[in-house]
Amino acid sequence: MSFSLTKHKMPEQDPQVRAKNFNEVTLGYSAEDALNEAKRCLNCKHAPCRQGCPVQVNIPAFIKQIKEGDAGAAIATIKEVNSLPAVCGRVCPQEEQCEKYCVLAKKGEAVGIGRLERYAADRAGNNVQAIRPVAYPDKGQKVAVIGSGPAGLTAAGDLAKLGYKVTVFEALHAPGGVLVYGIPEFRLPKDAVVKAEIDNLRKIGVEIIVNAVAGKTFTIDELMEEEGYQAVFIATGAGLPYFMGIPGENLNGVYAANEFLTRCNLMKAYKFPACGTPIHVGKRVAVVGGGNVAMDAARTALRLGADHAYIVYRRSEAELPARQEEVHHAKEEGIEFQLLTNPVAILGNEQGWVRALQCVRMELGEPDASGRRRPVEVKGSEFELEVDTAVIAIGQGPNPLVQSTTKGLETNKKGNIIADPETGATSKAGVFAGGDIVTGAATVILAMGAGKKAAAAIDQYLTAKRTGQTE
Amino acid sequence: MYKILVKKELAPSVQLFELSAPRIARKAQPGQFVIVRLNEEGERVPLTIADFDRAKGTVTIIFQEVGASTKAMGLLNEGDALLDVVGPLGKPTHIENFGTVVCIGGGIGIAPVYPIARGLKQAGNKVISIIGARSKDILILEDEMKAVSDQLLVTTDDGSKGQQGFVTDQLKQLIDAGVNIALVVAIGPVIMMRSVAEVTRPYAIETVVSLNPIMVDGTGMCGGCRVQVGAESKFACVDGPEFDAHQVDFAGLMARQKMYLPQEKHHQQHCSDQQGGSCKCHSH
Ligand SMILES: Cc1cc2nc3c(=O)[nH]c(=O)nc-3n(C[C@H](O)[C@H](O)[C@H](O)COP(=O)(O)OP(=O)(O)OC[C@H]3O[C@@H](n4cnc5c(N)ncnc54)[C@H](O)[C@@H]3O)c2cc1C
Ligand SMILES: Cc1cc2nc3c(=O)[nH]c(=O)nc-3n(C[C@H](O)[C@H](O)[C@H](O)COP(=O)(O)OP(=O)(O)OC[C@H]3O[C@@H](n4cnc5c(N)ncnc54)[C@H](O)[C@@H]3O)c2cc1C
Ligand code: SF4
Ligand code: SF4
Ligand code: FES
Repeated sequence: MSFSLTKHKMPEQDPQVRAKNFNEVTLGYSAEDALNEAKRCLNCKHAPCRQGCPVQVNIPAFIKQIKEGDAGAAIATIKEVNSLPAVCGRVCPQEEQCEKYCVLAKKGEAVGIGRLERYAADRAGNNVQAIRPVAYPDKGQKVAVIGSGPAGLTAAGDLAKLGYKVTVFEALHAPGGVLVYGIPEFRLPKDAVVKAEIDNLRKIGVEIIVNAVAGKTFTIDELMEEEGYQAVFIATGAGLPYFMGIPGENLNGVYAANEFLTRCNLMKAYKFPACGTPIHVGKRVAVVGGGNVAMDAARTALRLGADHAYIVYRRSEAELPARQEEVHHAKEEGIEFQLLTNPVAILGNEQGWVRALQCVRMELGEPDASGRRRPVEVKGSEFELEVDTAVIAIGQGPNPLVQSTTKGLETNKKGNIIADPETGATSKAGVFAGGDIVTGAATVILAMGAGKKAAAAIDQYLTAKRTGQTE
Repeated sequence: MYKILVKKELAPSVQLFELSAPRIARKAQPGQFVIVRLNEEGERVPLTIADFDRAKGTVTIIFQEVGASTKAMGLLNEGDALLDVVGPLGKPTHIENFGTVVCIGGGIGIAPVYPIARGLKQAGNKVISIIGARSKDILILEDEMKAVSDQLLVTTDDGSKGQQGFVTDQLKQLIDAGVNIALVVAIGPVIMMRSVAEVTRPYAIETVVSLNPIMVDGTGMCGGCRVQVGAESKFACVDGPEFDAHQVDFAGLMARQKMYLPQEKHHQQHCSDQQGGSCKCHSH
């Protein structure tokens, strides 16, 4: 077989078809595709790809195992450091992480590391042996995890395996965090992937209590002082939606991306009225922003029946923060990109509904603090983009509920919890934090990495306590 | 699951549930609310905590059957359960001894006013309550309100009970009679709350209203419950639900509450097309 400079393509649903359904867009490698793609890996000794992965998955090792036809072994290798490979294989921005550093990327396309990771996870997922429940030694100490996104779930899994009694408290009625309420079904199947991972956690003894809002239903101090939790890991994410502060944002038909996506993903509004939660879409939808959240909202709008779904982004295509694959898929599906365009107002009709987005064209000027060229307005370029729905996807910040109700927990200017990047330790003894609540909105794999480090640090802290070596 | 221990029909289409929810009962305070979900397909419905009993571990909700979700809930009986109840959400009412306070409840709004009136009474205030409804058979919690008020005034639109007219007429009479009112708390239909705000504004009487925009999560995550208060856009679920009535953009609130009207009509149609007024989407 001749050596190929391009990645093996992953089969996908036809763009015309998938733009009208919520099934997963990409279908995953067949055994043959996976084998052929794995053969492209040179098994480099110094493995530069690993340094691009935030948790340093042993990439050449697991790819070698796939080459040998042993997906079970491959998944065991990945799970040493990454407890949600079926998720990461699907949603990591690989082109900026592992695959960016692959030696093949210099001459052609990198090895499809994410695709192979997903393949291993999906294959092993069908194998009951891999998810056999295990009894872990009981250390007799209780740990509370606040929030059930990737950071919380990872920490909970690690701590349970170390023998701690772990309880996860989740504000919503379903666990999973952004994996459940934010990232759409067509990118991350909820039952097959997310629910399966959560069931695995339950099998190893993690208790998950939903409808439990820290700061309201209980406080962190109560958990520690009254309910006997000796350590707490806060992983409440970046769930507070930002608005632009332009006129018209309270009009009917204007959504924060969080609400739009939550109605659709968590509340299943696409099944209305069989499911009770409605959603308003209309025929023309503008999504403001250029990240994964914006792509997800625009592609969701299309699937909900919009004729036109626009991405309105103030910089150029090169600066779009979304994963390349999402941008590519969005274009294939017919999302219309209004780049170098900035909304300055949302215009309404007499009934209080949005009727248009007033925009101004931009051009790129001098580089700003982030190193990206700063967009500046083109004078006299105002125009109206007619829409009946506008979705604001310009970012999220930290929800203050926990911080404002926990004594002695320090936060930074933006309201994020201050935590040691290596251990997750906060200003309050026994309280650790990680994921988006510390870093601001980031990625699934970074949140998981933080959960992992915190679990190790919590183990150290509790071991010291148990053996009487506390300060 | 959250078991319905007691169900009472307070008036036609107005139901009271006493729910077993110990964690919530432990923390509940006047002015706060819960979000409930009937079943796996259900929407998240915000309802005020109308009463709570910490010792028994119960919270009471009182709801009007207005749409598909609340009608489906009304079909439940004692011994049945709600799938999800989360709370207590929102900021509690600011309670201290202000002096003389007037608590106004209109229609279903009497339910949320009740624990507030009780709290204010316990804090030593002189509580004058005004409750109103369209007609006497839909007036709820009269005895309960009487028990926690120094004076109870009743109005009905049709004059079938108490004074004929609106709660604001009674409020004006109190003001005209020279009662020194330190605070007015008014909860009810948006139009009523706006009228109360207009009555008290010229006298600069501090007035608090509890807003009920459409909500999803109730924790500040979706932004759907935003209301304009003065120069700021606020999230009613975490910044409220109570706000300074003189600052609230009531017109904006009313417009936003109508956002899903076409879909809700469709949904109710869908439900009444099925037998017995209850469709598959609410079976459990
Ligand atoms: C639409 C969208 C698309 C994305 N796409 C990608 C992608 O393709 N690739 C990628 O790598 N990253 C993506 N991200 C980012 C990624 O999902 C997040 O960085 C990651 O989920 C953060 O994990 P976390 O565990 O810190 O928090 P979250 O996933 O946000 O989970 C936090 C959990 O805590 C709960 N919670 C909050 N407050 C409380 C409280 N007071 N009490 C109890 N529970 C509470 C929340 O309900 C939530 O379930 C996307 C994000 C969004 C919104
Ligand atoms: C903080 C708060 C406290 C509330 N307390 C009470 C209470 O104690 N008793 C009571 O009877 N009602 C209360 N409500 C209103 C109650 O939530 C709505 O009547 C209910 O959601 C209607 O649902 P439905 O499906 O039966 O009707 P729908 O057919 O969905 O709607 C009927 C009308 O109710 C309003 N509505 C719909 N969905 C919501 C929603 N998610 N949130 C708010 N309003 C909505 C809309 O204005 C709509 O026009 C409260 C609302 C809020 C926000
Ligand atoms: S976890 Fe993400 S970054 Fe790391 S190897 Fe897997 S796909 Fe690449
Ligand atoms: S750098 Fe690329 S080729 Fe080398 S081991 Fe990593 S994935 Fe394989
Ligand atoms: S209900 Fe979602 S932010 Fe208030």
